[in-house]
Amino acid sequence: MTVQPTGLADYNFAYLDEPTKRMIRRAILKAIAIPGYQVPFASREMPMPYGWGTGGVQVTASIIGPDDTLKVIDQGADDTTNAVSIRAFFAKVAEVSTTTSTAEATIIQTRHRIPEETLGEGQVLVYQVPIPEPLRFLEPRETETRKMHALEDYGLMHVKLYEDIARNGHIATTYAYPVKVEGRYVMDPSPTPKFDNPKMDQSEALQLFGAGREKRIYAVPPYTSVVSLDFEDYPFEVNRFDEPCALCGAEGVYLDEVVLDDRGGRMFVCSDTDHCEKRRAAGHRGAMASEGTLA
Amino acid sequence: MMTQGDSVSPHPEPIEGRGETANPPLRQAQGDGLPALAEEKPLLSASGVSKFYGSRIGCEDVSIDIWPGEVVAVVGESGSGKTTLLNCISTRLMPTTGTVAYRMRDGQIRDLYRMGEAERRFLMRTDWGFVHQNPADGLRMTVSAGANVGERLMATGARHYGNIRATAGDWLGRVEIAEDRIDDQPRAFSGGMRQRLQIARNLVTGPRLVFMDEPTGGLDVSVQARLLDLLRGLVTDLGLAVVVVTHDLAVARLLSHRMVVMKDGRVIETGLTDRVLDDPRAPYTQLLVSSILQA
Ligand SMILES: Nc1ncnc2c1ncn2[C@@H]1O[C@H](COP(=O)(O)OP(=O)(O)OP(=O)(O)O)[C@@H](O)[C@H]1O
Ligand SMILES: [Mg+2]
Repeated sequence: MTVQPTGLADYNFAYLDEPTKRMIRRAILKAIAIPGYQVPFASREMPMPYGWGTGGVQVTASIIGPDDTLKVIDQGADDTTNAVSIRAFFAKVAEVSTTTSTAEATIIQTRHRIPEETLGEGQVLVYQVPIPEPLRFLEPRETETRKMHALEDYGLMHVKLYEDIARNGHIATTYAYPVKVEGRYVMDPSPTPKFDNPKMDQSEALQLFGAGREKRIYAVPPYTSVVSLDFEDYPFEVNRFDEPCALCGAEGVYLDEVVLDDRGGRMFVCSDTDHCEKRRAAGHRGAMASEGTLA
Repeated sequence: MMTQGDSVSPHPEPIEGRGETANPPLRQAQGDGLPALAEEKPLLSASGVSKFYGSRIGCEDVSIDIWPGEVVAVVGESGSGKTTLLNCISTRLMPTTGTVAYRMRDGQIRDLYRMGEAERRFLMRTDWGFVHQNPADGLRMTVSAGANVGERLMATGARHYGNIRATAGDWLGRVEIAEDRIDDQPRAFSGGMRQRLQIARNLVTGPRLVFMDEPTGGLDVSVQARLLDLLRGLVTDLGLAVVVVTHDLAVARLLSHRMVVMKDGRVIETGLTDRVLDDPRAPYTQLLVSSILQA
């Protein structure tokens, strides 16, 4: 076993010890071999609380090398506390270079979004997952949900969508919208907006999902079919936004609502901060940025 | 063995109660004396079925055939093994010894306990029904009545919301639940309604065989009578084969063509319902019948 020098007396490269990384890599390889299948793994304690992305961090720690460039986003933004601290963590324990640029990153760890810029071959998207089991809310017994996956017994997923339509007149699920991977396993895409679901389909990038508290890893290899569940007469649709980004004018991207003042003023801006900044740097302007104050 | 063209009896081994035409009101098809081709073999055939709970006997050496379209009541005192037998022949409880064979829709006869789990589940939700004494055991209490009825359809591939809902509404009507209750959860239903909903949920896929364990057990007498009437009608209209466990001889009298009397885990008498009730042969059955008549 070769231990890579880190310059830090107390930590192995990327914090986790080599046997642990090997164990996690085995789980990742199995997950890649069976797209959408939840592989159990021996989740370790990390120097951060559950719910802060310990699953994603362990996956990233197991695949990252000195030559990688890491980007971390939380709800699409590089500058939130969670994203900043995970990025700082890896800069310290793995001495990797970090970036906010989607195109420059080799590994992107994410909570709740897929970047707007299309990912390419060689890139890895690592999702932080709180609850990996899409059947959990319908069937709380783990023994039973495992059997349902094994037998491809997924009628209950449509029961949930049926209830949605019966109650709301349309499929009201907008986050963690269930998908079927490569025609076999039903998978929870983590609490990303359903807006991002189509980006998972036939993606050139490798997508890895880590759930720390629940001790599960799953994966969508490159060029894999990912289909959102629906009904023939209520087909899957992505959320649409009435107006473009107020800052960069982008259309067809996911927008966050920003409250401007206490008199009801608000605007909609790109949730993907890197995408928005790049567009503005290229001269694109939205309605609220026309005076150049926000550039 | 007799050949198919043999006109002496439609069955290789005559069974008491079969071939007799004097069993109104449910046996109209038989009443013509036409040996319908499909009825030349039993639907389900259990032989030498025993179940031991440790050293305690659940049921012992029971052999029983269920023919298409016939209603068989299993009666006996508490602890006589009725539920154990029902569960053993419906693949819910693996017998200690014995075999259970079933004639599939394609005519093939299969050993139920040698079937794969996926195939068995499919059989249970397409060709079979199981009505529990407690509706909460057979319903999803937290999803709407419509979804409860539609679940089997969705589990077997139905993907058109409008059609699923229309079928569910139709079935609610057939079990006398007002269609405007379609979006209510069974929690908001009375005991009798829940039981009728459970029946609709089971019948929606057009099963050939339905198992029932004390289907009227938890209900008031007046509610019981209405449910029995409904069941009688459905069973006749649909030509269902039913195995119904009951300790209530009145239920057996009203619903069944044939009766199986159990005591201490063994079958001590079988025969046409009217014959068993009017002219019981086993001393225990005589006691059972007279005690009811006196009451
Ligand atoms: N899970 C079990 N473990 C041990 N013994 C059991 C179990 N289930 C049933 N038995 C025993 O097997 C025998 C038959 O029980 P079973 O439940 O089949 O009777 P039953 O005729 O359905 O009675 P009831 O009318 O009260 O429902 C009884 O002696 C019972 O105590
Ligand atoms: Mg019982």
